[in-house]
Amino acid sequence: MPQTPLSSGHLPVARLAIIAAVVGVAAVAFAYTAGWLSPHRLTPAKLVASLAPPGGPALGHRRNHAKGICFTGTFEANGNGSALSKAQVFTAGQYPVVGRFNLATADPNAADAMVRVRGLGIRIIPPDKQEWRMALIDAPIFPVSTPQAFYDLQTSAGSKDPEAMKKFIAANPGFLSFLSWAKSAPWTGSYAEERYNSLNSFVFIDGSGNRQTIRWSLVPAAQPVPISPEELAKRGPDALEQEITQRVAAGPQRWSMVITVANPDDATADPNKAWPEDRRTVQVGTLTVQQIEPEREGPCRDINYDPTVLPAGMTTSDDPFPAARSAAYSRSFNSRTAEAAYYPGTEKGAKQ
Amino acid sequence: MTTIRKRFAVPQRLLHWLMAICILSMLFIGVGMVSTAAPKYLTLVQIHKPLGIAILTLALIRLALRFYYGAPSLPTDLPEPMKLAAYLSQVILYALMISMPLIGWGMLSAASYPVVLFGGVHLPPILPVSASLHTLLWHAHYYLAFAFFAIILMHIAAILFHKLIRRDGVFETMAPVLTHHQSE
Repeated sequence: MPQTPLSSGHLPVARLAIIAAVVGVAAVAFAYTAGWLSPHRLTPAKLVASLAPPGGPALGHRRNHAKGICFTGTFEANGNGSALSKAQVFTAGQYPVVGRFNLATADPNAADAMVRVRGLGIRIIPPDKQEWRMALIDAPIFPVSTPQAFYDLQTSAGSKDPEAMKKFIAANPGFLSFLSWAKSAPWTGSYAEERYNSLNSFVFIDGSGNRQTIRWSLVPAAQPVPISPEELAKRGPDALEQEITQRVAAGPQRWSMVITVANPDDATADPNKAWPEDRRTVQVGTLTVQQIEPEREGPCRDINYDPTVLPAGMTTSDDPFPAARSAAYSRSFNSRTAEAAYYPGTEKGAKQ
Repeated sequence: MTTIRKRFAVPQRLLHWLMAICILSMLFIGVGMVSTAAPKYLTLVQIHKPLGIAILTLALIRLALRFYYGAPSLPTDLPEPMKLAAYLSQVILYALMISMPLIGWGMLSAASYPVVLFGGVHLPPILPVSASLHTLLWHAHYYLAFAFFAIILMHIAAILFHKLIRRDGVFETMAPVLTHHQSE
């Protein structure tokens, strides 16, 4: 077609309409991708907002597991893990760790005896800088099976409808096994006496490319001493932080890292389902907590313990939670770091 | 730069269309990944980072080609405001193509995230860990992404205006193939 002026038969209006249509379709496609046309999509924003107490989130703090205390220490690999994953973090050696003990609550000022679930986040950095981050909790199973169910749990628990929790449990009967743990398992008076579990499954890849689905736990060297929540409450709202500070000052605390390898038919996508007890386990190293530091100026404060920060040799499995957690943690991190002014007494910023 | 060239040089056209695909994909991936908690979130993030670095690399090559080859002149009868708009849009597009990946890289550095390209290939941090730097860069990355998309929409509208209304040969300067008899 040679370059000719518009013939009188073609109204520019029609051609302008074509231009508007092209731009309009692109804009609508963009809006759809952004979720603006899909109010039911489970977005990181909705997941994070569902965690907030009725008065709104505690600005400047993590949106969940908001109460915590930092520590530094080491992970000493014994070399056994190299049979499962080629990650350097498993070759025998001692690598620095920055971690955080925490409580599964959105309230950074919650009393320790009011929070059932305790957690541990760590970041291990081997010499090749391929770091491994994780955030584990002391429950043996996760309350629900899917991220959508987790969101439904938050909205049901916060709902004014007295039937909401009943409906939720009817739709998510797996929550009952979590509840029975929450009601029956003994409490302890120390972060050092807890066993912390990944619950989510991941895939380890060895040097030959073989893939195995695994979960792992940090098993405490300290003997758990049961204590009732009433007794813990009497020790004060921050008893756990005081106890771990004194305990670590008196001597380093240790956990053994134990990898559990799934059998082919195990439920790898559902952290609400424990694997049978007889699964193969490999003890791969020891976490040693050497020094406790308050979170306020501590080295863990500005770390996002995103469980998908993995070295080569590890990857996510068919478990949908690590992706949802990564998306939500990122959202929480972006919010809280932008609210640094609200975090108590931190004009100087955190120590790196 | 003045030139008698009627079309952009072949490497320039090739890069333009390759980058058009990359950048549009990038913007859709970016806006999609921050709005989902599904497993595809991780896949999108894993594409977003190396694609951003690829765009940065291509943009720098393209800028060098632009200095080397120059650009065809705009039609002499194009009104001055439209010439100015054309010039400014090119400057802004180059600035965004180069700054967005750097802002993203800096943002991850300031948040102490590893910048994983693929497998074991990590990029070093380019900024110190800092909550305030992260916040500044994160806001910039977020808002500039929408500005980038808006400018691309204007760019598309403008070039279609040249092609369909003015029919002045400006589209043909960058067209991947010629749609009519026009000499190079």
